[in-house]
Amino acid sequence: MNTILEVRALAPDVAYFRVEAPKIAKRRRAGQFVIVRVEAEGERIPLTIADSDPDGGWIALAVQAVGHTTTVMNRLREGDDLLDMVGPLGQPSEIELFGTVAVVGGGLGTAIAYPVAKALAGAGNDVVSIIGGRSRPYVIFEADMRACCDEVHPCTDDGSYGFHGLVTTKLEEVMARRTVDRVICAGPIPMMRAVAETTRPRGVPTIASLNPIMVDGTGMCGGCRVSVGGESRFACVDGPEFDAHQVDFELLSRRNKAYLDWEAEHKQVQP
Amino acid sequence: MTELTKRERMKLPPTEMPERDPEIRRTGFMEVNFGYDPDLAVIEAQRCLLCARPICIDGCPVGIRISDFIHHVALEEFTEAAEVIGIDNSLPAICGRVCAQEVQCEGACVLDKKGKPIHIGHLERFVADFVRENSPLEPPPNAPPTGKRVAVVGSGPAGLACASDLITMGHEVTVFEALHELGGVLVYGIPEFRLPKDIVRSEIDGLADRGVEFRTNTVIGSLDTLDDLLTEEGYDAVFIGVGAGLPKFLGVPGENLIGVYSANEFLTRINLMKAYSAKAQTPILDMRGKNVVVFGGGNTAMDAVRTAVRLGAGRASIAYRRTMDEMPARVEEVHHAQAEGVVFDMLVSPLELLGNDDSRLVGVRLQRMELGEPDDDGRRRPKPIEGDIFEQPADVVVIAIGNVPNPLLLRTTPDLDRTKWGTLVADTDTGRTSKKGVFGGGDIVTGGATVILAMGAGRRAAASIGEYLATGEW
Ligand SMILES: Cc1cc2nc3c(=O)[nH]c(=O)nc-3n(C[C@H](O)[C@H](O)[C@H](O)COP(=O)(O)OP(=O)(O)OC[C@H]3O[C@@H](n4cnc5c(N)ncnc54)[C@H](O)[C@@H]3O)c2cc1C
Ligand SMILES: Cc1cc2nc3c(=O)[nH]c(=O)nc-3n(C[C@H](O)[C@H](O)[C@H](O)COP(=O)(O)OP(=O)(O)OC[C@H]3O[C@@H](n4cnc5c(N)ncnc54)[C@H](O)[C@@H]3O)c2cc1C
Ligand code: SF4
Ligand code: SF4
Ligand code: FES
Repeated sequence: MNTILEVRALAPDVAYFRVEAPKIAKRRRAGQFVIVRVEAEGERIPLTIADSDPDGGWIALAVQAVGHTTTVMNRLREGDDLLDMVGPLGQPSEIELFGTVAVVGGGLGTAIAYPVAKALAGAGNDVVSIIGGRSRPYVIFEADMRACCDEVHPCTDDGSYGFHGLVTTKLEEVMARRTVDRVICAGPIPMMRAVAETTRPRGVPTIASLNPIMVDGTGMCGGCRVSVGGESRFACVDGPEFDAHQVDFELLSRRNKAYLDWEAEHKQVQP
Repeated sequence: MTELTKRERMKLPPTEMPERDPEIRRTGFMEVNFGYDPDLAVIEAQRCLLCARPICIDGCPVGIRISDFIHHVALEEFTEAAEVIGIDNSLPAICGRVCAQEVQCEGACVLDKKGKPIHIGHLERFVADFVRENSPLEPPPNAPPTGKRVAVVGSGPAGLACASDLITMGHEVTVFEALHELGGVLVYGIPEFRLPKDIVRSEIDGLADRGVEFRTNTVIGSLDTLDDLLTEEGYDAVFIGVGAGLPKFLGVPGENLIGVYSANEFLTRINLMKAYSAKAQTPILDMRGKNVVVFGGGNTAMDAVRTAVRLGAGRASIAYRRTMDEMPARVEEVHHAQAEGVVFDMLVSPLELLGNDDSRLVGVRLQRMELGEPDDDGRRRPKPIEGDIFEQPADVVVIAIGNVPNPLLLRTTPDLDRTKWGTLVADTDTGRTSKKGVFGGGDIVTGGATVILAMGAGRRAAASIGEYLATGEW
């Protein structure tokens, strides 16, 4: 069960997996995730379903090694099994004909944004994707994006590839040039917050895919709660996508750091 | 053994449960109660008056033939005792440990008025443990296969009990569980020191040996919907035992601060994810020397606060709106908690959780309460004492004020009737819901209740599922 069919490097510390999961492949919709465990006594970690093939019976995951579990996972090889995998979890993205949608991905966030871009394009939208990375090797899923998007704008912080600068600067440029009806973003919290502030003055509906720390992913623990419009919501069952203009990013960022000290002390595998 | 007269029996003192020293149990998750040995069990059983009309039975939600089984214990016929219990209870080792006996069987015992009720729960637990460890009962043989298939959603006590009876009837049974481990609250909620997980495991292994198929990591409602089970997947009936897993929060400012947990999260991190073990990868805030405040007064609150003690909390307290007398927790747990050094702050209600600049919890602001007039159900309602507000330091807050039904399954099955509280509507006697072929029981129907009620509901539903499968009548 949950056998890894393929694994390859996408970027430094980021691996792409194709995992056998016939049923999830058939049911899942864009925006949903799975929860994975890779070792006994191990953590349950949420990972977005980056792609799937219902006929081939697999789903794709892109994993960035940031701590213990993701590091252990990225050492798995073709033929290994994931210990546990449950999903699809979370609410699917709202996919309708909006017109033109800008999809903004930062770093690993591009892997999270890609399935949404693909589904939006499939629903007839013109999709403009803006995908950022620290430098050239960190820009991921570009070819996949090109296959479904109207425009694709790679951006790098150091200018080693594509547009030299922030994804939000590029987003401004796109919005100045053509009507954007909706924006979807996924990536580091400061980036999502910046995207929200870029679109707020123009009143463009903006959706962020949030990544709070989760435990069960089924609505049972409340550990994933985020504040949206002043109300507590459970990201695993009410999200993970929310109205970016309503999200308390500051709180999310702080809650995600809750275990930093613990992690520093307990790091058993060096990333 | 000589038969004792009634008078002699009444003179015998109750046999207390041997338990681990509080100072030792504060430091680990080993079970608190050691259990009776055969001698102690026989002595306690001899106290039972074997009443002609055993009113203790009225106090047991599933009507265990208490006097009969105790009589067997007194005669050292432990296997026979287990058989008698087994007629009505498929999870005796668990219920003997976690039932609120003082308000159920023992509360109804004639000797309760004298303050010396028979320790029915201890005896039930002894019988179940002794027989499991020495000469396990042969499970009833499964009836010849009926060719009918039943899906059981949720592996808590309701689902397990339902699956057990259905497999005996000869149906094919698959239990679907969302988490990676089976057992529901018995595994992720109730801690090891009260209910060793090996016991739950052995119940589940027994069911697997008898042919029940278990599928973990399967969320019904998202992977398959309920309708998929009945159509594509070809099940003839479905039992819903998904529990009441959605935690309630207090609704006061500061609830999203770091260090504030629902009891479910706190207990799940410890029990399911083993966050107390150095080997486990799930972090928990280090409790050593910390100030832990648990809001609530039920079993969940006691489990959380006693867990905090075991994680090394400097001060672990219960903050409850009413008084000790109104606390819904089992009396035994309250006594154990007191012995372990838990502080009970009664008649206080949270107004605000206080944080520092990093959004970490540093304290709580509390309102002192007093008891007012009794409300409709006779409980005296707490009301604030005007102006009596104070603050107290806290590094960790655990909110244990109850759970409501998790909407995951019901949300994707719109044609199932539910109440305004979100619980599933199902007939008390048959478990039948508003949807043909679909039955329900346990916490999803009653709201957060008890193991024995969930078990009983699972078994009644199994009987009525059997009828439905035989007749096709709804
Ligand atoms: C809905 C959702 C979808 C996600 N999709 C992906 C994905 O497709 N690919 C991917 O690589 N990652 C994804 N993540 C993030 C991923 O779950 C975390 O990186 C992972 O849990 C970290 O585990 P760890 O043991 O390796 O690191 P840890 O040692 O636990 O943590 C290392 C660092 O990561 C941060 N962190 C911990 N848990 C999370 C978390 N749940 N989310 C974000 N940061 C966290 C902590 O702040 C910490 O500093 C997603 C998260 C969510 C909630
Ligand atoms: C901390 C704590 C302490 C308690 N102490 C006591 C006590 O001392 N005595 C007592 O009698 N009672 C106690 N209770 C209450 C008792 O545990 C519950 O009443 C009982 O477990 C309810 O059983 P259930 O089978 O209805 O549901 P649960 O035990 O909640 O099991 C439901 C299962 O269904 C699974 N599930 C949910 N949704 C889905 C889905 N969509 N698909 C698949 N699976 C799903 C859940 O993961 C869970 O495993 C306690 C409860 C808690 C939380
Ligand atoms: S099942 Fe519970 S209430 Fe019934 S006899 Fe046993 S301990 Fe008492
Ligand atoms: S009521 Fe008490 S004394 Fe009488 S049979 Fe029941 S347990 Fe024994
Ligand atoms: S992760 Fe537990 S409720 Fe969302």
